[in-house]
Amino acid sequence: MPAFNQSRQNIIRLIFGITFLIIVARLFILQVASDKYRLQALDNAVYRKVVYPDRGIIFDRNQKAILNNTIIYDLTVTPYEVRKVDTAFLCGILSIDTAEFRNRMISAIIKNGRYRPSVFEGLLSIELQAKLEENIWRFPGFTLIERPIRNYIYNAGAHLLGDIGEVDTGIIRRSNYFYQMGDFVGRSGLEQYYESVLMGKRGIQNLIKDNRNRLQGSWEDGKYDTAAVTGRNLYTYLDIELQQLAEKLMANKVGSVVAIEPQTGGILTMVSGPSFDPNDLTGSARRQKYADLVLDVSGPLMNRATRGLYEPGSTFKPLGGLVALDLGVITANYGVGCGGAYYGCAKVVRCEHSNPGHAANLRLALANSCNSYFCQIYRMSVDNSKDKGVKKGYTHWKDYMNAFGWGQKLGVDLPNELSGNIPDTTEYNKDYRGSWNSCTNLTLGIGQDKMQVTPVQLANAMCIIANKGYYYTPHFVERIENETAKDTILNGFRDKHTALTHIADADYEVIHAGMQDVVEHGTARSAKIPGINICAKTGTSEKYTILDGKRIKLPNNSMFVCFAPREDPKIAIAVVVENAGFGSTWAAPIASILIEKYLTDSIRVERQKDVERIASTNLMPTYLKRKQFIADSTRAYFYFNLRKDSSYIRKYLRGYSAVPAGKGKGLPILVKEKVMNPTNKNDEYQPEDEISKNLAAR
Amino acid sequence: MITNSNTRRGIDGLLLWLYILLCITGIISIFATTYSEGDDILNNFLSFRTDYGKQLIFFVFSLLIGTVIILTDSKFFTATANLWYTVGIILLLLVFPFHSNIKGTESIIKFGNAFQLQPIQLCIVFTNLALAKYVARIDTDFTKTRSQLIAATIVVGPALLAILQKETGLALVYFSFFLVMFREGLPAVVLVVGFSFAILVVATLLLDPNLLALILTGIALLTVYFLRRQIKRHKPILMWIIVIWGACVGIQRFAVPFIFDHVLKPYQVKRIYDTIGKDYIPKDAAALEDIERNSAQKKDDGNYNVRQSKIAIGSGGVLGKGLLKGTQTRYAFVPEQRTDFIFCTIGEGFGFVGSMIFLSFYVIFLFRIIAIAERQRSTFSRCYAYGVASVLFFHIAINICMTIGLAPVIGIPLPFVSYGGLSLITFSAMVFILLRLDKDRQMVLR
Repeated sequence: MPAFNQSRQNIIRLIFGITFLIIVARLFILQVASDKYRLQALDNAVYRKVVYPDRGIIFDRNQKAILNNTIIYDLTVTPYEVRKVDTAFLCGILSIDTAEFRNRMISAIIKNGRYRPSVFEGLLSIELQAKLEENIWRFPGFTLIERPIRNYIYNAGAHLLGDIGEVDTGIIRRSNYFYQMGDFVGRSGLEQYYESVLMGKRGIQNLIKDNRNRLQGSWEDGKYDTAAVTGRNLYTYLDIELQQLAEKLMANKVGSVVAIEPQTGGILTMVSGPSFDPNDLTGSARRQKYADLVLDVSGPLMNRATRGLYEPGSTFKPLGGLVALDLGVITANYGVGCGGAYYGCAKVVRCEHSNPGHAANLRLALANSCNSYFCQIYRMSVDNSKDKGVKKGYTHWKDYMNAFGWGQKLGVDLPNELSGNIPDTTEYNKDYRGSWNSCTNLTLGIGQDKMQVTPVQLANAMCIIANKGYYYTPHFVERIENETAKDTILNGFRDKHTALTHIADADYEVIHAGMQDVVEHGTARSAKIPGINICAKTGTSEKYTILDGKRIKLPNNSMFVCFAPREDPKIAIAVVVENAGFGSTWAAPIASILIEKYLTDSIRVERQKDVERIASTNLMPTYLKRKQFIADSTRAYFYFNLRKDSSYIRKYLRGYSAVPAGKGKGLPILVKEKVMNPTNKNDEYQPEDEISKNLAAR
Repeated sequence: MITNSNTRRGIDGLLLWLYILLCITGIISIFATTYSEGDDILNNFLSFRTDYGKQLIFFVFSLLIGTVIILTDSKFFTATANLWYTVGIILLLLVFPFHSNIKGTESIIKFGNAFQLQPIQLCIVFTNLALAKYVARIDTDFTKTRSQLIAATIVVGPALLAILQKETGLALVYFSFFLVMFREGLPAVVLVVGFSFAILVVATLLLDPNLLALILTGIALLTVYFLRRQIKRHKPILMWIIVIWGACVGIQRFAVPFIFDHVLKPYQVKRIYDTIGKDYIPKDAAALEDIERNSAQKKDDGNYNVRQSKIAIGSGGVLGKGLLKGTQTRYAFVPEQRTDFIFCTIGEGFGFVGSMIFLSFYVIFLFRIIAIAERQRSTFSRCYAYGVASVLFFHIAINICMTIGLAPVIGIPLPFVSYGGLSLITFSAMVFILLRLDKDRQMVLR
């Protein structure tokens, strides 16, 4: 055939050429013009493993470690490696049944996939770990992975040291996604406040993974890895022996002890009763123990030192005296003829004493804790002629209180501190529609009415009096290991607050003398220690609660504030024991023992039996039992309601999963878990009226 | 082997060296995908255990076959072309009773464990020879329908058998021979119609049927408007336009859905949909099952393959990550990467620059074949050369387009580079026959 189709070779060349040009263009777009695929490849193949550093160690003032790290083991499982495992044997060791085993395997696969390890049983107890370690070769696919946990060496300081726990979504969001699911952060106490210092720096290990997420080794020989930096240590003012002693004394009591070093504001001891063993919340029993603590109506998880609100009662009186002296409305020689009560206002305020001359001057009035005297000088302070009107006078008085650190947050280095309450004029204006005078809130003069303070504020006020005007914000941490200029967290604690230094030293001396008399021959003679001049003030405040719809009077709160020695104050203490009666009965000896221990580093033999007597006394309020009963019943009633639906009971009993047994697909919803940890707010303690409503509805 | 100066004279050196270069690139690429840290490289290369070792042996074997071919008289190929074709068809037919079902295809005969034969691959060479033989006949004239039909039958016959053996990918390869026929005089309109048909099919998938019908009608009306003068003079033009319009709408409305529902397998349909970026909704449970079965066999669906392959190539950047440094290819993110997706290794390891160099090997190779084709005196040789060029072009274009998401995933290998003994031997044989024919380019072979 004639070859006259020569020109067509060029068309074929053209077709080839165009096709290759299209391919080149596409490759250009894929490889050069876009970064998308490079990033996706990194995402595919590089697993950024977070290396958690050890948290910092917390030391007390004598360089004793009080909170450090120890190792505990998790049992992890890689589902696809699990072959020929003696399931029954493993279940026997872990004391679970095979259904539970299956459930855990499924949730492991859902959580991390078949090819990556997930935790099968976390935080093993030592016996369990030993048993598993011996037999681990029988269970291919299972491994023991060590995990550091916190160790409270002295089993003390649960509230102030705090604990760590897994982050929740709120924390993650607030941290701007710095934290990731599964991270541990400080959830309370110093652990939370100094989280940024203690946590150290997380390291990143870039590991290569294959298409099944199995790790294959380091990426680019670890060129982009960053090493984990161990958390920095904290050196605190805390005296751990004093803390242990205080906790021992506060055993089975509701209340709080705060001891502060006046010159520095360093907190020596902070106890809140009832307390708990912090080591309970680190190991395998954490969930159970935590649930017990949460459900306890006496509130062992609450730190009463910073969150307990108390009427200061008579412990306010030194402050009242100082304010009156500084305002110039009285002199130290000012006296009141008290006949057993204050009759200046319509409301009569009773006084413990009626003998004449017990309030002949400020010093005597303070030593005898005369209510009439301090009501009188409160009125004089507020109705001060310089201030033109009670409202301005009251505002002036309130400024003094704020300067003492009352009615506002001190800024202690613990999270969630409360501010207490020194009412504003607006509060009285609202309550009395603007018409009130110094008689209306007369009992503020003896630390009652609406006045509320926290134990740490009480102790701080003692520091101010001891220091004659200045104070440092009470705090635990003296210094941070390798502190640099970037660590601003402690700056606030190094500022000297001098708002009250303008009060004359002579005025302070008068107050000191009165307070010393309290111990020498006043209400707190039980606190006396030979050779140490203690300045103190007892307090007793009334307490009421609502139980079963009735307002009932409880035993008084026993309060005691002091500092010692008078000449060179080394320690200031506030003690509150709820529902324990007079301040002198329980609070004073506790404070006195602590002073003795701190200042002389020992306790006299004859005092030892006092220690044992106080430690073994149970002062837990009796009404708590009733409250606990009501709370438990309410919760039981709530569950009863849940279980009224019989289908629910069946689902509950078999550990309901959304997918019928036998099919491995789908997410099992373990209702069991939900029921054990209800998120419903109804589960919380309900006020009495709601309980009765519920009962009526039944 | 080919050192004898007597035989080497006249062999096209450029083609031969490019061929060797491509084969070695292939072995290195396979090495890069299967090598893991700590392997004894030398030992593995010389043994039959690893894929790159095997490929090296296949390569040596191919060179042996090549030597035999070079030493054969070139008349042998013209004389036995039809015989080979017959043998090929018989082998294809033998597949039906003796095939073993591997990887969702029914086109492979297994001899024991070690050796397996896919006649449809071999048949490409035989069909090429037979077509060349037919075209070279004096009375073949592509302007005549009879010649067109016979040539088409030679080509489409094996393709149909391949489709029956569920090997659609390789069946499509046979359609590349239409390029040869085009060169030899097949009216251009056939190619144009074929191309238009492809566009119509894609448009059918992409657009709503009614909208497409409207667009087609609009085009028809515009054509009538622009050709109104001619139509006045020649009434039949209007009739043709109406017939073409009717055919188009018919294809769009009935033929394409019919093909998709009854001819193609649901998983193939899904891959076509994946390529154009649309979701395929299986019409019944059986179709869904078919998709799942084929996805399970291929480890993952085609969409996943393409995405991972695009990531692999795209992550190579301008200069690439370097040999053995590609995270995508080394850690098995791309399935089938030794065979169909071997280009990923090159794209990821050597980047845009490397890919360009690699592609240029192919471009030079193909253009060299065309140049060789055009210098043949005999139609047989020219026709055969164009056959080689077309088949290689089709493989290269579809395979690379597949890895960069421009073509649906139909499992056809990248010539000389993909792992696979039979495909390497087949392509080698094709090239060596071409070299042999080219050596005698001054002879007129019939």
